[in-house]
Amino acid sequence: MRLLLAFIAGGLFGSGLLISGMTDTRKVQGWLDVFGAWDPTLAFVMGGAIVPMAVAWRFTRRGAPLAGGSYPAPPDPVLDRRLVVGSILFGMGWGLAGLCPGPSIASLSYGGSGGLVFLAAMIAGMALAPAVGRALGGVRA
Amino acid sequence: MEQDWLWGLAGGLLIGLGAAVYLLGNGRIMGASGIIGGLVDRSGWSSWAERVVFLAGVFLLPLLLVPLLDREAATHLTGNAAVVIAAGVLVGIGTRIANGCTSGHGVCGISRLSPRGIVATLIYIFAGGATLLALRHGLGVI
Repeated sequence: MRLLLAFIAGGLFGSGLLISGMTDTRKVQGWLDVFGAWDPTLAFVMGGAIVPMAVAWRFTRRGAPLAGGSYPAPPDPVLDRRLVVGSILFGMGWGLAGLCPGPSIASLSYGGSGGLVFLAAMIAGMALAPAVGRALGGVRA
Repeated sequence: MEQDWLWGLAGGLLIGLGAAVYLLGNGRIMGASGIIGGLVDRSGWSSWAERVVFLAGVFLLPLLLVPLLDREAATHLTGNAAVVIAAGVLVGIGTRIANGCTSGHGVCGISRLSPRGIVATLIYIFAGGATLLALRHGLGVI
């Protein structure tokens, strides 16, 4: 059950990334590049994705997930240095290539060798992250 | 294309539905960087099968859908290997330190009005825009 639901969720996610154009780095960089030929598509994608999720979060106020377990804890209100520094680094990489983690997987079958190189570099970065995080100091700034 | 926003909205709804299935079905937040990163650093090893199956869905459905699409499916990723590697490393480190990316902080965080999700999204969009401004329009290197 858990695995079937995870596959369905991943399939919907991957299909949505492909159909929306978010695996096309030109469209992502076009959204970020307000001084170039600005492309508003990403705002429609984000808006479209937030609607079902806003409804879904309402259902988590009572009951339990279909496959058992419990719903995630309420959002953490603490804004720390890790969130800020990490998001700056992520944004720089996102702007450089126009790929983020979801689309890097969704586009693997048609993204060519460059996509594989990006994924390998991203995995290396993820492996390095705990050491970089320690250098940044504690979890709370 | 003229209808790009409509495809964007339709694709966005599918992304949101996927996130809703993961949340209401498995009780988990659909964050791509967390799902991948938990396998890389083994912090999410106890749920490895769920993560692998999710990622298999993310990979396989586009593979099956591309031939049915009337548009080309191309990433148009830069051919500059140094840029690709630098971008990948930055995305990997940044998303794990910030504990989320476009799907976790963006889609899942904003939709529950999470302060961390909203702040992270504003920061990474601004950082991405500033990077393009500096390197594309300033130095002209990407």
